[in-house]
Amino acid sequence: MTTLPATTDRKLGLVIDLDTCVGCHACVIACKGWNTQNYGAPLADADAYGAEPVGAFLNRVHSFEVQPGDGPAQIVHFPKSCLHCDDAPCVTVCPTGASYKRAEDGIVLVNEDDCIGCGLCAWACPYGAREQDPVEKVMKKCTLCVDRIYNDTLPPEDREPACVRTCPTGARHFGDLADPESAVSRLVAERGGFDLMPEQGTAPVNKYLPPRDRDTLDVLAPLLPPVDEGPKGFLGWLDRTLERI
Amino acid sequence: MHPAPSLIAFSTLSGLGLGLLAMLGLGLAPVAGLTGLVFFALAFALAGGGLLSSALHLGHPERALKAFTQWRSSWLSREAWLAVTALAVMATYAALAILAGIVVPPLGGLGAALSLGTVFATAMIYAQLRTVPRWHHWSTPALFLGYAIAGGTLLSGHVGPAAILLAAMSAAQIAAWVAGDARLAASGTDIATATGLGGRGAVRLFEPPHTGGNYLTHEMVFRVARRHAVKLRVIALLLAFAVPVAFLLLPFGHILAALAVLSHAAGVAVQRWLFFAEAEHVVGFYYGRRLP
Repeated sequence: MTTLPATTDRKLGLVIDLDTCVGCHACVIACKGWNTQNYGAPLADADAYGAEPVGAFLNRVHSFEVQPGDGPAQIVHFPKSCLHCDDAPCVTVCPTGASYKRAEDGIVLVNEDDCIGCGLCAWACPYGAREQDPVEKVMKKCTLCVDRIYNDTLPPEDREPACVRTCPTGARHFGDLADPESAVSRLVAERGGFDLMPEQGTAPVNKYLPPRDRDTLDVLAPLLPPVDEGPKGFLGWLDRTLERI
Repeated sequence: MHPAPSLIAFSTLSGLGLGLLAMLGLGLAPVAGLTGLVFFALAFALAGGGLLSSALHLGHPERALKAFTQWRSSWLSREAWLAVTALAVMATYAALAILAGIVVPPLGGLGAALSLGTVFATAMIYAQLRTVPRWHHWSTPALFLGYAIAGGTLLSGHVGPAAILLAAMSAAQIAAWVAGDARLAASGTDIATATGLGGRGAVRLFEPPHTGGNYLTHEMVFRVARRHAVKLRVIALLLAFAVPVAFLLLPFGHILAALAVLSHAAGVAVQRWLFFAEAEHVVGFYYGRRLP
């Protein structure tokens, strides 16, 4: 049924560090690669070499500019994928039951054999996390790499989502956000992790960590004593010699 | 939102057809004899044709029967059930009235309630979406029901009531447009909450995730030029309400009545195009949409 579970035993999800992400799009490619070659319909591209290429992706990196009232503007690279919401509106609108949220770990999935491709779940999602595949005409979304994280045939270090595994800067973290002692939960608590569009009432599981402040000058800097009182050694000799000429 | 032709045809035709079915069920249109047959045929053609065209919108129409399973949570599933039961009940009512000459008012009343219930469920598919603030309001089902009742009254040939209802609906539509224009800004969702970076300064999209479009931008970030929107609103008001009312006030004739109905249907189609084209989805904030 497309009713939501009252609670989930665990809340598996991602914590994305906007301070660390450099916008390399490696997670986009790793996601597309894994999810094209493994579970479910491949993520198709249409008109890939034509004038208007378009394709299905489960993860995309936007870049935003933040201009504070005083001080320089800051660029923030912003990876965005399914947030596996506790109150996922994409699940309840589904007329066929193809869309569901798992009670055991909170992952929101699509049973592609039941999907009629009506697209209403994509309309219901405020984050743009669901796209219709241009070839298979079923709705695609982040599975949190459910075929990696429980996959005993993979080495233990690979049992995490492809985007997390590939990120060269460690900007993406995977774990159980229902457990307050988990590494991701502690990270959220320490860094002030926040929800996207909290007013939409979706209660997202994934959290975002804010960028740290940069490019701020110490207000006492002009009052500090000069570091180099006078050149010594070779530079001192050069200085004195040039002074004499 | 992308104004898909199949969805516009569906909601325009099925709205008119279900409105006429409600009139027939309530005994407010002739249900017996040849006249009754013509009315029922028109109503079923409009309602059934509209519902079939909605299946064209699906990626996998061959799996459409699965859409009957989730009526507990999904308005789309409820719409499917209501549409099928409304058509079945009204078909029974029509067969009894035309073939056997027996009119069963309770059956007709049930059919009328189910017909209007279908229109309500269709509207709730849109009104439930918090992601589209313009639709997320009680006025969306109220307008859809108003259009169905006014259209049904017009189709069933009640000249005086139809003129009054059409005039009232034009005022309601103008009020809905004006109120709807302010709803995105009032929703509290903007690029600041979408990124969570609003507390740090003014946020704007620096670079989209890719240079081309995608399913989301095609489906939900459709933009209509504002000056065209104003022109189309005027065209919708003229076609849906002003022209039919003018024809109704002239001495009654079948040709004028048919022209009034065609004009109304064309006006409703324009209104439905605007209903989709003007609706702003909040995902647009991730793709550079700004508040007006």
